[in-house]
Amino acid sequence: MEIKLKLNGRSITASVEADTVLLDFLRQKGCLSVKRGCDTSNCGLCTVLMDGRPILSCSTLAVRANGHEICTLEGLQEEAADFVGFIADQGADQCGFCNPGLVMNTIALLREDPDPTDDKIRAYLAGNLCRCSGYDGQLRGIRNYLDSRKA
Amino acid sequence: MMTIQKYVRAQSLEEAWQLNQSKRNRVLGGMLWLRLGKGSVNTAIDLCDLGLDTIEETEEQFSIGAMATLRDIELHKGLDIYSNGAIAGAVKDIVGVQFRNMATVGGSIWGRFGFSDVLTVFLALDSYVELYKGGIIPLEQFSKMKKDNDILLRLIVRKAPCKIVYTSMRNQRTDFPVIACAVARIGGEYRASIGARPARAILIRGEQAEGFPSFVAENAPTEGNIRGSAAYRTHLIRVLVERSMTELGGM
Repeated sequence: MEIKLKLNGRSITASVEADTVLLDFLRQKGCLSVKRGCDTSNCGLCTVLMDGRPILSCSTLAVRANGHEICTLEGLQEEAADFVGFIADQGADQCGFCNPGLVMNTIALLREDPDPTDDKIRAYLAGNLCRCSGYDGQLRGIRNYLDSRKA
Repeated sequence: MMTIQKYVRAQSLEEAWQLNQSKRNRVLGGMLWLRLGKGSVNTAIDLCDLGLDTIEETEEQFSIGAMATLRDIELHKGLDIYSNGAIAGAVKDIVGVQFRNMATVGGSIWGRFGFSDVLTVFLALDSYVELYKGGIIPLEQFSKMKKDNDILLRLIVRKAPCKIVYTSMRNQRTDFPVIACAVARIGGEYRASIGARPARAILIRGEQAEGFPSFVAENAPTEGNIRGSAAYRTHLIRVLVERSMTELGGM
């Protein structure tokens, strides 16, 4: 099937199978930040933005992206750069495998609520699993970033 | 994982219904649960072009399209006010925001999954489903029916004067519930909807507040699985219904 979508600001047309998932399609298009983790819609590693809303690309058919705008971390480098250093400063990403999904969902959170409480950060990022660090480092990093904007 | 031979965005309900009469074809919801199934689907039927993704509120009712997402009902102000946060509370621990941006109300209700927080909370309210061929029927009736080849169009919640409390017990946040419990008072009737028994949610009614928690625990069949034993679930039901009744002001 032929699909047309906007990927990281660029209009593209492609041919996909009916059961190709968006994750595989995006990786074929060079968006290697989008990774396969649990493959059961639970870990958040494959998070991308569809029309600005975070979704799981492992469970989205590529054909369902037809007519929509998809953003991956490759297209949001500047927005991510604002806060990822604060997370790194906390040693929050150890193996780093979960990082792209967490960063994508943090971008969605901060767009929706530029000044979230710690409880809201925890709730919003509950769908991003990290097996290394126990989440406190990421929370501290995001909190330090938010506090730095107020200083 | 499931394989799909052909994908069709239905352009009318009749087209979707006709396609759905073949056992090898499937209607897509959020695809989160469906995708994990085995086997081959001939035609995947997508309802996304049929305007079923809205939540309409009138003075009498809410009409929630089958393609509205769990995140949509979580953030809907009218539902939040009417249910005093119970509906948002019922879905807030379902995996994560990304998941809830995809999972549909129709998929959750149609599936009649035992673990469903969504079915549990709406069953306690004065809720109905609208089916393409089957018309409007009470959600309680629908929850007991076997799956057929009809198309679920909407979930309707009538605005009866109501107080509702939703609680669940989870071993871990974002996991399936060990037990899910919604208790509502509509008119003079108490309604306890108990899900994750682990079978699909069941609605138990009562007129008296006194003794209602024990009555519900005695009349909601439970079984054991990896998350908890039948006896543990039965104990939780009595505790959660009692706490909910206290919050409702009934005890």
